[in-house]
Amino acid sequence: MPAPNDLLSVFETVIGLEVHAQLLTKSKMYCGCSAAYADAEPNTHVCPVCLGLPGALPVLNRAAIEYCLLTGLALDAEIPPACKLDRKNYVYPDLPKGYQISQYDLPLCVGGWLRFSSGGEERRAGITRVHVEEDTGRLVHRVDPGGAEESLVDLNRSGVPLMEIVGEPDLRSPEEARDYLIALRQVLRYIGASTGSMEDGAFRCDANVSVRRIGDPEFGAKVEIKNMNSFRAVERALRFEQERQQAALLAGETVAQETRGWIEDRGITVPQRTKEQAHDYRYFPEPDLPPLAVDESMVAGVRARLPELPATRRSRIAADYGLGPNEAALLTEERAVADVFEAAVGPPGDAASARVAANWIMNDLVGLQRQRGLPPETLPLDADQLRDLLAALAAGELTARAAKEVLPQITRGERPRDAARRLNLLSLDDDAAVRAAVDETVAAFPAAVADYRGGKTAAIGRLIGETIKRTGGRARPETVRAVMEDVLRKDNG
Amino acid sequence: MATALDAVGRPATDAPTDLSAAELRRRLDARELSAAEVTEAYLARIAALDPDLRCYITVMADVARAQAAAADDRIARGEAGPLTGIPVALKDNLCTTDADTTAASNILRGFRSPYDATVVTRLRGGGAVFLGKANTDEFAMGSSTENSAFFTTRNPWHTGRVPGGSSGGPAAAVAAGEAALGLGSDTGGSIRQPAGFCGVVGLKPTYGRVSRYGLLAFASSLDQIGPFARTVADAALLLGAIAGQDPMDATSAPEPVPDFAAALAGDADLRGVRIGVAAEYDVDGMEAGVKAAVDAAVGRLADLGAEIVPVRLPHTKYALATYYITAPAEASANLSRYDGVKYGLSVESETLRETYERTRGEGFGAEVKRRIMLGTYALSSGYYDAYYVKAQKVRTLIKRDFDQAFARVDAIVAPTSPTVAFPIGARTDDPYQMYLSDVFTIPANMAGIPGLAVPCGFADGLPVSLQILGKPFDEATILRLGHAYEQSEGWTDRRPDLP
Repeated sequence: MPAPNDLLSVFETVIGLEVHAQLLTKSKMYCGCSAAYADAEPNTHVCPVCLGLPGALPVLNRAAIEYCLLTGLALDAEIPPACKLDRKNYVYPDLPKGYQISQYDLPLCVGGWLRFSSGGEERRAGITRVHVEEDTGRLVHRVDPGGAEESLVDLNRSGVPLMEIVGEPDLRSPEEARDYLIALRQVLRYIGASTGSMEDGAFRCDANVSVRRIGDPEFGAKVEIKNMNSFRAVERALRFEQERQQAALLAGETVAQETRGWIEDRGITVPQRTKEQAHDYRYFPEPDLPPLAVDESMVAGVRARLPELPATRRSRIAADYGLGPNEAALLTEERAVADVFEAAVGPPGDAASARVAANWIMNDLVGLQRQRGLPPETLPLDADQLRDLLAALAAGELTARAAKEVLPQITRGERPRDAARRLNLLSLDDDAAVRAAVDETVAAFPAAVADYRGGKTAAIGRLIGETIKRTGGRARPETVRAVMEDVLRKDNG
Repeated sequence: MATALDAVGRPATDAPTDLSAAELRRRLDARELSAAEVTEAYLARIAALDPDLRCYITVMADVARAQAAAADDRIARGEAGPLTGIPVALKDNLCTTDADTTAASNILRGFRSPYDATVVTRLRGGGAVFLGKANTDEFAMGSSTENSAFFTTRNPWHTGRVPGGSSGGPAAAVAAGEAALGLGSDTGGSIRQPAGFCGVVGLKPTYGRVSRYGLLAFASSLDQIGPFARTVADAALLLGAIAGQDPMDATSAPEPVPDFAAALAGDADLRGVRIGVAAEYDVDGMEAGVKAAVDAAVGRLADLGAEIVPVRLPHTKYALATYYITAPAEASANLSRYDGVKYGLSVESETLRETYERTRGEGFGAEVKRRIMLGTYALSSGYYDAYYVKAQKVRTLIKRDFDQAFARVDAIVAPTSPTVAFPIGARTDDPYQMYLSDVFTIPANMAGIPGLAVPCGFADGLPVSLQILGKPFDEATILRLGHAYEQSEGWTDRRPDLP
C-alpha cells in the first residue's frame, strides 16, 4: 500500500459540509418561549406550541428570519423574493409534532460563498443554501433507582431556531474542511447570528465525503458523517474516512453510499444507515405558515446591519496599520477584540504605536484573558483602558515592566494610570530617587563597576538592570543610563 | 316535492330551549329570564333527551352553572355582551381547560388541554355558557358521527337517521334544543352538511376569518371553525364573537370584522343582488326532494328581487378527488404527534417502535387510519408530484372557477348535500358513498370561501338545506341573503317533534 503522500497524488477527496447553527434570538422559532435553555430545569421553557400539544399553531419568529438573511448576505448569497416553510416528517420522541418545520425547495438564501484561508492561502468555497428550521428536544437516558434503564424527554430545546448552511462539495482535504468551519463560525460570530460554540451544541457539523481517482469526472459514493462535536473531531473523522475510502478503492472494493457515525474515543466511523434505510421525509408546504415575502426593503434593512466581515477586516487592518498577515488574523479573530484594537489605537497613523498596541493585546491581554477564563471576545481591558495604558507607556509615565505588573491588578473600569498610582508603580520622575538607586547599585556591584571602568562598557547593562530592579521597575531605563554614566564618569575622575 | 310545512315537526314555543339566541338576549337583558334559568332549562333538556340523542361527549353542568351565575352578575351590572348567558355547545375538537378534549378518539380519551382555543377564550370573555363538548366523527373525519370512537349521535328529526358530520353533535344539539348555539369545524363540509341534515343554520367562514388556534388540526389548509344556530341572525351573532385576526394563528387574516348582525337589518328586498346557479351542482344521485326544495328556494330568492344568473364552475367535478389527496396528506402529518409519548393513550411496550405501533393501532379508528395511509402515500417519494402537487394545481383551478364566477355574481346558491339525512349504518361499509355526501360542500373549502347552510324545507319528513357561497371575507352578503330567505319562509320556526 502506498504511503499517504503518494495516495494524495492518486486520489482526490471531495468534502461538503452541512452546518447547523443555533440563532441568537431571544425567543424560539415558532413560539414566545425563551430560547436560552442551557441552564434551565427540564421542560420549563415550554408552551403548547413547542410541546406540540393538540391544536397549537406555529408563528414565525421574525428575528430568526433576519439572522438567516444576515448570514446569507454575509456569504454573498442571493435572497429570492419568496420563500416558504415545509414540514419534514419523521417520528422520534424528541420531535413533539412528529414533523420538523424546515425549508425544502424554497430556502431563504441560495448560492454564495465563504472566503477563508487554509494552508497560508486564501480560498473560496461555495455555499449551496441557507435556511431556517427548528431544533428538537433532547433525550436524557438514565437508570432509575430500581436499576431499569429509562429515557426522559426534555423539550426546552424544542423549537429553538436553527439555521442550516449547506456548503458545496468544494473542499479537498480534512484540514481545509476544518479551516472552512473555523471561518464560517467566525462570520456567524461577527454578525451576531450565533455563538458558534460547538461544545454547547450551538454549532454542529455533518460532513459529506467521497474519494475519487484524480481525473475521474464523477464523484465517488457519498458518505455522510455525523456526531462530530469539535473542530478536531471533524478533521479526525474526515481523515479516517478519507483513508478508509482510499483503502477500499485500492482493494478494488466499492464504497457504499451510507451514513456513518464518528466514535470519538475509538477514532473511527461506523455505519449508521444505508441508502436503502434513508428516511422518506415526505416534505410538503407547511399549511400553518403562509409563504414569506422577502421584499427589498426587508433585505435592505438587514443589509444595513451587516458589519465589516472578518476577511475584509483582516486585510484592511494589515494594510492600514502596517501589520503582518498573522498579526492581523489574530487581532481580527474576534470582532470585539479587533474593535478594542481600533478604538484604542485610533485612525491609522504611526505604525510603531499600532504594533505596540497589537503586541499588548495579543500577548498580555490575551494571556490574562486565558488566565482568567474569560470568553475569547472579552478582553480584560476595554478600549478606553487600553488607550490610557498605551498613552502612559508612550509618555514614559509607565515603564513596560511596571505596566505588566499593573495589568492584572487593574480593577473593572479603572484607568491604568490610576491603578499604577494606587500601586505606586508610576515611573520615577524624581532624579534624587534614581540617583540614590544608582549609588546603591554602584556600591553593591564593585566588580561590574570595575569592569566598566576597565573598558568593558557592556557591563553597564547589568548595572542599569539592577538599578531598575531596585526601583521596583519604576525607573525609566534611559534615565537610569544617563545617571549611571554620569556617576561612573564622576567617581572615576 | 317538499313536504308541506305544517306536516313536519312542531312550531317553536316560548320555552327557552326553543328561542333564538337573539330572543334570549332580549329577555335576559329585560330580566324576563335569568341566565341561571336559561342554563337550567337547557341542562334539564340535555338530561331528558341526550341519553337517546347522544349529542354530547361531556356535559359541563358545573362549569355552565358557574358561568350562568357570573353572567347574571354581569347582566345586573349592565355589562352584558351579545353572548352573555347564552348556552353554547362546543365540538369536542376545540381545546378547553375545564373539560376533556377528545376529538372523539380513543387516543385522546381523558385528555385535558392546559390551554383554551382562541374561540373558547373569546366566548368565555363574552360571558357565554358552555353546556358541553359535543360529538364528532373521530378527528372530524366523517359525515355522520358514526366514526366517533364513543357513540353515534342521532338525528333529532328522525332518530334512525344520522345527524351528519363531522360536527353532528353540535348540529343535533342546536336542533334538539340542547344548546342555543354551537361551534363546529368545517374541513370539507363538517358544519354545513350536519346543519343541513339537522335543519339548522351552519356557517363555514372564509379561511382565515376565525382563528384555528386550539382546534385539533385535521387538514390545516382547509379547517375553519364556524357557528351553528337556529336562525341566520344568531349565526351572525356568534360569528361576530369569534371572528378576527389572532396573533397565535399565522393564517388568520388581518381583515376588519364587520358588524355581521347589523348587516341583516333592513328589509328583505334583494333587488340588485346577482345570485349564481351552477349546473355542475346538479349531479346524478341527487334526491328529487332535495332538488325540488332547492329549486323552490332559488325561486323564492328571485321573488325577493334577486337576479338569478347561470355560472360555470367546471372544475367542481375534481373537487372531491383532490380533497381526498390534500386533506389526508395534511392529516397524516397533523396526527403524527399522537404517539403515546407525551399525552393521551400510551400503550407501553418493549421497544419504542412497538409503543408507537400499539398506541396508534389501538388509539385510532379505521377511518382515521385509512386517511393517514392515504395521505402518507400521497406524500411519498415518487408519488408526491403525481398526487399532492397535482391536487394543489387542481385546487388552484377550483379557486379560479369561483374567482371568475364571483366577478359576475354576489353569491352562488346550491344544495348543501345531495340527499337528506341517511339511515344510521347505511353508508358505514362504503367509504366512497360516505365521502359523496360532501360533494357540494368540499369546493368551498378548497377555494377558502365562506358557505352558509340555511334550512329550505323538508323532503320525506327530513330537512333540506340551501347552501349560499360567498366571496372571500364577504360573509355579510351571504348572511344577508340567508336572512332574507329565512324571513320569507317559516322553516327555521319548526322544531323536531321530540318529547
